[in-house]
Amino acid sequence: MNRTKVDEEEYWHSSKFKAFTFDDDDDDELSQLKESKRAVNSLRDIVDDDDDDLERVSWSGEPVGSISWSIKETASSGGPTLEGREPLKTRNSLSSYPPLPKPASSYSLSSFFKGRSRIGSFQSLSDALSDVPPKNYAPELRRPKGEYKDYSSDWSLSDTVRRLQKGKVCSLERFRSLQDKLQLLEEAVSIHDGNVITAVLIFLKRTLSKEILFRELEVRQVALRHLIHFLKEIGDQKMLLDLFRYLDRTEELALSQYQEHLSIQDPEKRKEFLKSCIGLPFSVEDAAHVQDHYTLLERQIIIEVNDRHLESSGQTEIFRKHPRKASILNMPLVTTLFYSCFYHYTEPEGTFSSPINLKKTFKIPDKQYVLTALAARAKLRAWQDVDALFTTKNWLGYTKKRAPIGFHRVVEILHKNTAPVQVLQEYIRLVEDVDTKLNLATKFKCHDVVIETYRDLKDRQQLLAYRCKVDKASAEEEKIDSILSSTQIRWKN
Amino acid sequence: MAAHLSYGRVNLNVLREAVRRELREFLDKCAGSKAIVWDEYLTGPFGLIAQYSLLKEHEVEKMFTLKGSRLPAADVKNIIFFVRPRLELMDIIAENVLSEDRRSPARDFHILFVPRRSLLCEQRLKDQGVLGSFIHREEYSLDLIPFDGDLLSMESESAFKECYLENDQTSLYHAAKGLMTLQALYGTIPQIFGKGECARQVANVMIRMKREFPGSQNSIFPVFDTLLLLDRNVDLLTPLATQLTYEGLIDEIYGIQNSYVKLPPEKFASKKQGESGKELPMEAKKLQLNSAEELYAEIRDKNFNAVGSVLSKKAKIISAAFEERHNAKTVGEIKQFVSQLPHMQAARGSLANHTSIAELIKDVTTSEDFFDKLTVEQEFMSGIDTDKVNNYIEDCIAQKHPLIKILRLVCLQSVCNSGLKQKVLDYYKREILQTYGYEHMLTLNNLEQAGLLRPQAGGRNNYPTIRKTLRLWMDDVNEQNPNDISYVYSGYAPLSVRLAQLLARPGWRSIEEVLKMLPGPHFEERQQLPAGLQKRRQQGENRVTLVFFLGGVTYAEIAALRFLSQMEDGGTEYVIATTKLMNGTSWIESLMEKPF
Repeated sequence: MNRTKVDEEEYWHSSKFKAFTFDDDDDDELSQLKESKRAVNSLRDIVDDDDDDLERVSWSGEPVGSISWSIKETASSGGPTLEGREPLKTRNSLSSYPPLPKPASSYSLSSFFKGRSRIGSFQSLSDALSDVPPKNYAPELRRPKGEYKDYSSDWSLSDTVRRLQKGKVCSLERFRSLQDKLQLLEEAVSIHDGNVITAVLIFLKRTLSKEILFRELEVRQVALRHLIHFLKEIGDQKMLLDLFRYLDRTEELALSQYQEHLSIQDPEKRKEFLKSCIGLPFSVEDAAHVQDHYTLLERQIIIEVNDRHLESSGQTEIFRKHPRKASILNMPLVTTLFYSCFYHYTEPEGTFSSPINLKKTFKIPDKQYVLTALAARAKLRAWQDVDALFTTKNWLGYTKKRAPIGFHRVVEILHKNTAPVQVLQEYIRLVEDVDTKLNLATKFKCHDVVIETYRDLKDRQQLLAYRCKVDKASAEEEKIDSILSSTQIRWKN
Repeated sequence: MAAHLSYGRVNLNVLREAVRRELREFLDKCAGSKAIVWDEYLTGPFGLIAQYSLLKEHEVEKMFTLKGSRLPAADVKNIIFFVRPRLELMDIIAENVLSEDRRSPARDFHILFVPRRSLLCEQRLKDQGVLGSFIHREEYSLDLIPFDGDLLSMESESAFKECYLENDQTSLYHAAKGLMTLQALYGTIPQIFGKGECARQVANVMIRMKREFPGSQNSIFPVFDTLLLLDRNVDLLTPLATQLTYEGLIDEIYGIQNSYVKLPPEKFASKKQGESGKELPMEAKKLQLNSAEELYAEIRDKNFNAVGSVLSKKAKIISAAFEERHNAKTVGEIKQFVSQLPHMQAARGSLANHTSIAELIKDVTTSEDFFDKLTVEQEFMSGIDTDKVNNYIEDCIAQKHPLIKILRLVCLQSVCNSGLKQKVLDYYKREILQTYGYEHMLTLNNLEQAGLLRPQAGGRNNYPTIRKTLRLWMDDVNEQNPNDISYVYSGYAPLSVRLAQLLARPGWRSIEEVLKMLPGPHFEERQQLPAGLQKRRQQGENRVTLVFFLGGVTYAEIAALRFLSQMEDGGTEYVIATTKLMNGTSWIESLMEKPF
């Protein structure tokens, strides 16, 4: 953008304009413009006579004067200095032209209510609205007030519930008999107002014995669900467990108890707590998971103590070279396996931190194990370990390469860990599907594999095309040339 | 600012004015200067109905965010807490009040609960010994907040969990109250249809409320012809799939909050002279998205694949408009051109923004992983291989993709197979727990309770029948010039919207069998209108239906309903209300068990 152009732009930006209207002249050449005329014309409707004037927007998009913007403003400045103080942020504002003048406010609803702070002195709706221009008509939403003063301690059952519904203070103490209390509850349930139901439940919880409360709620399912929600909300775990036990909802009981471990920070205490969960009546699958959860944390605590010691003593090379970024406590199983493949790969199966031991204890599937070990060893650039991971010997002693996850995945993981080309191409060669092999080899620039594959396919055209992609006078080019000149190959094209 | 609310068939500015008025009333009850202490969650929704200027008119001088310990100094007479009725917030308020400095002049405390007072919360304040410190304890029934000319939301993020997991009906009560307010403003809705347990509840509460407050019988000519109440759990499938409309994708990728989106700033840096190469703004770029912006209104509901061509067309139009200046010769012509400039600038700014957003989205949608994910979703929705462990999901777990992504896919598979085979379900569960941590057992349990991830009952899969009868999968989808709602998911027609469409024509009687396969009762109620208010429809006049999604709605579903509204021979226009605007990610998130 050259300077004059910029100046010109600046001029267009900074000029002040009046609102405009388009003429309706026909212009054949620019029929497209007509569309934008209409578009532009309709934009005027946005800048209409709403009392919030054309909004200015700060860089962060918060309209200047919006509530969340103002919180920052008023909290940081000494006082209400909004007017006229353009914050620095608006320097980059989207609308660089000044805001249109705010239309003089023709009305202010607030004026009708000013000076009316005494409770209960509400004018009637029609009084308040008589001066309001019709377009601002907004009906009263609340129900008529005026029930503030009429206090009585002798409300009927349904009146009591109504009062609670309106959020008024209302003593429930005079409902003494069980029958009265239950009727009160039923009345509350029948109006579907959770707030009122909860209020009555608080009262019942305080004035009834657990056994009676549970017994009566068992046959009142809606109220029962509200009580469960309420107990969860206030964190009354003990009563919640008692309730589940009473109702014989054993799985919920177990899960609800298990959930508590999340709030225990100390690892030893958490471990002990998980241990206490093992016998709970979970479903069969969940029971196995809880058992595993406990075993895992138990392991992690042992490993953590050990490794922290190793690390701080500075004797072990792996910890010196690769200091741990975080503690292993409370990490998922797969993360733990990765950790142990990273720091404890060569340990014998007997130790708690050995990968093989983890694999056996938690019955980690082969696929999962290989993926994790591969990622860990590749990160350490331990290519021999990687090699060993896929080498199997058959009974005749021949070695064979096999990957339960497919060699294309192996290649991708190796590449992610910036493996050198020599390593990459070894595994690309093992990919069975020819197209996948070519794709990977091309993507990761393993020229030898590409060249050999085209040779094996007897595809002269592709080989010629690939010749243009390799560097001039490189070993690859030489290799291609020698293949192309070979008389042994019967090219298919 | 809010003119876009009155563009639609129903003028929602009336509702906005009504709630603003109520706010003013409350503020004036607390005479003198004031400071507001905000529950941060509320500032977003409040921003849609009021600006700081309104509060200032009523002597609000300072505003703070609700935080523990002592309140910041402010020389005001009143301190007002604007809060949701949550117990943890009550504890913070109590801390604020108790640490108030006794030496400085006393300030009056008030509390405004949004949307409802809660006896439980007041009990908590009492336990903390501060209940007596509050002069006014009131509620502000901000049940339904107008978001756009045809869109209302309660913005209650826990509504689905409360309704379908905890069976707590409080949010249904609020929904019913919100509907009563709407009826007070727009007239009694003569016809109510519904599908699902929660829908039935809401209708019951409404009918009861009407009976108990005969005063609410009003003499306003009804604006809405029909109310359709839909349970989210009637259609658990739709929100799990990736939305493919422009607005839907913005929401999927960046998350729209109270009509605002925060975007990475790089693509929005203004390249002015001398500034190029200088430090870029690191703060996220925040943009408001609603139909007040003409360009956005045009493209928001399009399939993303149709957005690019519109943007380039617009770009040509605008640059042509700017080129006009060379043709302006006379003073009059120049003057006229100049007068158009502010609006051309606005249009250009808008175009620049959306081009940048479209670029950001395209980076995602053209990625290999997005394509793979979409392929799997579409296979599931069209009924392919839903009964075995999916390779892509397995791979994603192995690579430890975000857990929510995994859960969305597994739940989608489960819903499209009417539950998973026990073996498949156990396999997924095990993989998830081993990779992401055993504590997610609780989340998996919640998903099972909500019906999102469950074993197949009785070995029967109803989904194929439902899919075929309701034509949920369309092979020949037209993304550019759609002729069916299935364009919003590039092939899948959202079940919820199909139900609304079939209700309008030919009526639900034609799909009785399928309705029975979906959970919960379906019903019809009529509300009597006084003789004078009965509608005589003009020839060709469209009916207006309010569709209320109990438990949340996605932008793609909204787009599909807008598409139906605009169909030439559709005969029905839709206004949409919901407990929460959401997407699959925010939905699953609301069901996850977090450490407390």
